[in-house]
Amino acid sequence: MATATATQWRTEKVALQGLTLETLEGGQGEPLLVLHDQEYLNTGWPYLDRLAEHFAVMAPSHPGFGQSTLPEQFDSIDDVVYAYLDLLREKSGVRLVGMGLGGWIAAEIAVHCSHDLKSLVLVDAVGIKTGGPTERDVADNFIMDAAAFLQASWHDPEAGAKVMKLPGPDLPEEDIITLLRNRQTTALFTWKPFMHNPKLRQRLGRITIPTLVVWGDSDGIVTPDYGRAYSGGIPGAKFSLIHNAGHYPYLEQPEAFDATVLPFLMEKK
Amino acid sequence: MKAYHFSEMPYPYVPEEVEKSYHSARVILPSSYMDPVKLADLYERYLDDYVYADDLGLDLMLNEHHQTMTCLAPVVPITASAVVQRTKRSKICILGSPLPHRDNPVRVAEEIAVLDVMSRGRIISGFVRGVPTEIQPANTNPVLTRQRFEEAHDLILKAWTTHEPFNWEGRFWHFRYVNVWPRTYQEPHPPVWITGSTPDSVTFTADHQYTYACFLTPYEWTEMLVKTYKQRCAEMGYPEPGSDKFAYLALVYVSDTEEDAQEYGKELLWYLYRERHPQFNAPPGYLPPQVLANNILGRGVKAYRDSFEQLQEKGIVIAGTPDKVLEKVKYLHERCDIGHLLMMSHAGFMNVEKTRRSLELFAKEVYPAIKDLGVSVSPARETAAVA
Repeated sequence: MATATATQWRTEKVALQGLTLETLEGGQGEPLLVLHDQEYLNTGWPYLDRLAEHFAVMAPSHPGFGQSTLPEQFDSIDDVVYAYLDLLREKSGVRLVGMGLGGWIAAEIAVHCSHDLKSLVLVDAVGIKTGGPTERDVADNFIMDAAAFLQASWHDPEAGAKVMKLPGPDLPEEDIITLLRNRQTTALFTWKPFMHNPKLRQRLGRITIPTLVVWGDSDGIVTPDYGRAYSGGIPGAKFSLIHNAGHYPYLEQPEAFDATVLPFLMEKK
Repeated sequence: MKAYHFSEMPYPYVPEEVEKSYHSARVILPSSYMDPVKLADLYERYLDDYVYADDLGLDLMLNEHHQTMTCLAPVVPITASAVVQRTKRSKICILGSPLPHRDNPVRVAEEIAVLDVMSRGRIISGFVRGVPTEIQPANTNPVLTRQRFEEAHDLILKAWTTHEPFNWEGRFWHFRYVNVWPRTYQEPHPPVWITGSTPDSVTFTADHQYTYACFLTPYEWTEMLVKTYKQRCAEMGYPEPGSDKFAYLALVYVSDTEEDAQEYGKELLWYLYRERHPQFNAPPGYLPPQVLANNILGRGVKAYRDSFEQLQEKGIVIAGTPDKVLEKVKYLHERCDIGHLLMMSHAGFMNVEKTRRSLELFAKEVYPAIKDLGVSVSPARETAAVA
């Protein structure tokens, strides 16, 4: 739903080593990189409009997602992280926001080179292992049908059904195919170990930039306790719950999300 | 034409309402519903059926599936070994080893080599990509099954045909000294078969001149796949393949009367009518996004719930008196150039008497009339499978 000040979003193609990324770009100010989640169509959502009122926002589609290419040898989150490290070499003072799967990627980037970043926001991020071998820390979305997925990932599944774009007969065929390709690429990168890097949790201590960990209090994909463990591993990180929101608080409670995230991003270092 | 007896070795005693409550006969159906004492009896019976088929002059086929009531043979080298020890004559077609799902292809090369030597060269080594429900039991990345299949195949073939240590550093597997003992009994290695159901799966099989096996495909689809194989051979400048390059798996039931065949043959449908979980049956990446989109948009093809009559029209079920079955098998051979008939001649609750009477009628009254069909075999391949 566009507002009067809605951003003019441009779709660009960015050439990296062996890879072309499709990026959504808009807004003005210091650079802000937004890394998206799975089960997500990378388009000009209202929360991005708000971010673009204050920052030059770049929201790429990950390799193998949207119209971004997928190099033949890519088969892990590590490959994606190196692609984004290439992208970041061109920029400085970037603020990094990652949601869900994109939160995992953002955490890995910060572990590699937080000295190049200004601040980090992780939203309902996957990527770490917190429980024992028989505990499934991240819900297996791949075996859920649309109803079960909305139940797990939204506080209000009925609202989710209206807002979220999931593969189904009501969407245009090209969006269905994009979403199914996104899902396939998600599987390629996250299948085993499932949705995490066993070494990431112990490496979180390498993150030396101001970090905010934001969580939907009803997230059934990764619980708030998982978020607290994530936040607890990052020196000085703040943890903030968004009420009446699931795994996608920026889609379910965009005002509360803005009110939590924007002040943090705009803080002077 | 050759014929093979095959049973998936099911454990049928799970109440239907239980299976329905899990929406699945596979992957997540708890093993608490299985009684090992009953299964011990079943194993003995299934192995005896194989011996019976061997005595009748039929060849044998075995397979493996995991975490399922439909197939209690999750480690095919073990069941094949039991069959090898109990039989003296028949070919034993292992169809097959699920290559993407095996952690160590060198181990597959060893298993098949041991069986081939123990059986004095009776093994046919089938390789399969695995049905979608095999993804979870092995937790294999569903997007990479084809790539893993091809690398595992290349490594196994090299292990069978290189009689000294070699180095393997591929994408998925790494060994500094591959040196498989024993060598295979058959030279240069046991025959390789590969299953497939889509035209893009034909290329790899045709390029290696292996036998291509279609499972439960309707006549026109089988015919198309066989044509695709032949076209590929022509493109590659290979000799025209003989019918020994084409295998087809059908549900086969032979009975003394047509009425009995139509009544009891239906017991074989137990296998088709099991619960199929929509997500476990369609893991992301197993099928291309466009195919999945077609299903969402209602353009998909519905299978597995056809009636007994429809299945017979499509050639997926071959049931009847010996005369009628002979006619249908001849038709399959003439239309699709099939040289190996893989007969799922037991499923579900079908009892020993019916299974064996059907095998006996086939072996005594049908087989003699089809043995000579398509005996001209493909010319030997000129190049080794692996450089």
